[in-house]
Amino acid sequence: MFLALLVLTAIALFWGVSAYNSLIALKNQVANAWKQIDVQLKRRHDLIPNLINAVKGAMNFERQTLEAVVAARNQAIQVSAGGDVSKIAASEGQLTGALHRLLAVVESYPALKATGNIAELQEELTSTENKIAFARQLYNDVATQYNTKQKQVPTVFVAGMAGATTAPLWEISDEAERAVPKVEL
Amino acid sequence: MSDLDLFSQQAANRSRSRWLVFGFIAFFAWLGFGGDWIAWQFTLDAPPGSYRHTFPFLGLGLTTVAAISAGVAWRRGPERVLWSTNAIEVTVPATEEERRLVNVVEEMAIASGIPRPRVWIVPDPDPNAFATGRDWDTAHVDVTAGLLRALDRDELQAVIAHEMGHVKNLDVRLMTLLAALVGAVALVGDAMARMMRGGGRIRTRSSGGGRGGKKGGNPVLIVVLVLWILSWLLAPLVTRLLALGVSRKREYLADAMAAQFTRNPGALASALQKIEHAASPTPSIRRGSAHLCIADPLGRRLTNREGFLAELFGTHPPMAIRVAKLKAMAYEGRASSAERQAAGVERRGDDAGTPAT
Repeated sequence: MFLALLVLTAIALFWGVSAYNSLIALKNQVANAWKQIDVQLKRRHDLIPNLINAVKGAMNFERQTLEAVVAARNQAIQVSAGGDVSKIAASEGQLTGALHRLLAVVESYPALKATGNIAELQEELTSTENKIAFARQLYNDVATQYNTKQKQVPTVFVAGMAGATTAPLWEISDEAERAVPKVEL
Repeated sequence: MSDLDLFSQQAANRSRSRWLVFGFIAFFAWLGFGGDWIAWQFTLDAPPGSYRHTFPFLGLGLTTVAAISAGVAWRRGPERVLWSTNAIEVTVPATEEERRLVNVVEEMAIASGIPRPRVWIVPDPDPNAFATGRDWDTAHVDVTAGLLRALDRDELQAVIAHEMGHVKNLDVRLMTLLAALVGAVALVGDAMARMMRGGGRIRTRSSGGGRGGKKGGNPVLIVVLVLWILSWLLAPLVTRLLALGVSRKREYLADAMAAQFTRNPGALASALQKIEHAASPTPSIRRGSAHLCIADPLGRRLTNREGFLAELFGTHPPMAIRVAKLKAMAYEGRASSAERQAAGVERRGDDAGTPAT
C-alpha cells in the first residue's frame, strides 16, 4: 500500500516536471519568435528613409502618399518602445497599408521603376514584408501552441508555477490591411 | 503538423542515423572477420612451415577503415556532397537573382524558426535543389542556376521551404550520412570485385593442387563462404536500395512542411511541375547524392510512373501524386482562407514586385 503510494507520487512528480519543462520551453520559444518580429520591424523602419529618398524627386506631386508613410513610420517607432503587442500590431498594420499604397503608386511610374535603385529597394522591401509576415506566422503558431498547452490537463496544474500567461496573438487590426486589393480592368 | 510530430520525427532520424553508422561498421566487420575465419579454416591443416592464417588482420583492418570512413562521413559529409556538385557559395549576393535567393532563404529560415543555412548555387542549367548538413547549425541549401531562372519568387520560396523542412526534421543528417557511406561501399565493392577475380584464380589453383578429398568436408564453411561472397557482391546494390527507400517517404513529409511554412501549397505544386517538365537531367549531381534532391536528378522516366519498379528504384515518389496532394492542400486552404486571415497570414504574391504582405 505504502509502496503503491510512493510509486504514484513518483509518477505524478515525473509528469509535473516534464509538463513544467515543456511549458518553459514553449514560453522561451514565444519570446524568441517575438524577437524575430521585432528585428524585422526595425529593419523595415530603417529601410523606409532610403525608399523615400529614392522616390522623392520623381514623385513630388504624390506628397500625401509619402507623408502618410513617414507619419506611419514615426508612429510605429514611437509605439514599438512601449512593447504592447496589440498597439504595435495596430501601428505596424497602418505602416504596411501606407507602404502598399506607395508601392502601388510607384508601379504607375515606369520611368521611376526603370532605375536600378528602385528595383533593388523593391526587392528588399518585398523581402522585409515577407519576413514580417513569416515572423508573425511563426509567432502566432508558437503562441497558439503555448496558449493551448497551458490550458490542457497535465500542464494546467503547473501553469501557475511556470508563470504562464496567455500570449497575445498578432492580429490584423487595420482596415486598410484587411481590405482586398481592387482589381482594375 | 504539431510539435510532437516534429520531435518524434527528429528523434527517429537521430536513431536511424545511429543505426546506419552501426550497421555500416558491423557490415564491414562481418566482411573482414568472415574472411579471416574462412582463410583460417582453409589454412587449418596446411603443412607446417607454409602460411597459416591465425591473426585476423583483415577483420581488424576493415573495421578500422569502416570506423574511420564513418567518422569522415559524419564530419566532412556535407562538404563532400557540396564539393561533388561543384557548388559555389553565395556569401555576398552579387546579382539580382542571388539577392532574391538569399532573401528567400532568410524568409524561410524565419518561417521555419531555425538559423539561416548557408546558401550555394550549382552552375547547372537544369532546375533542382537539395539540402545537406549534420544539424540546424551546419545546414546548407543548394540550388541550381537553372532553378533560379525557371521559377518565380513564390515557387522558389516553396522549393526552399521544402528544403528547410528536410533540415528542420533532421532528414539532412540521415541522408547526408547515407550519401557518404553509399560512396564508401561502392568504392570498396569495386576494389573487392577486382580482388575476387584475382583471388579466385589463386584459390582454384591451390585446391586443384592436391586435396580433392577435402571438398564438402565442412558444410558450415561452404555456407559461410557463399554468404560472404554474396555480401561482397550485393553490398553496393543493397546500400543503393536503402538510400532510395529512405528518401521516398521523406519527400511527402517535406512537401507538407513546405506548405506549412509558406501557407501556399499551390506554389510548390507549380514549382514541381516546372522542374518535372524541364527536359534534361542534372549532370552535376552524381548518383550518390541523388536522393538528396527535390526531384530525381538522374532521369525523370521512373518518377512519372507508378508501380513496383518505380517504388523500388525511384529516389522520389511519383511526381503526379506529390502534385495532387499539394493541390488538395491548396484547395482546402482556399476554403479556409478566412481562418488563415485571422491567423495573420495571407498569400504573398509579388508578380509585379509589390508586396501584398
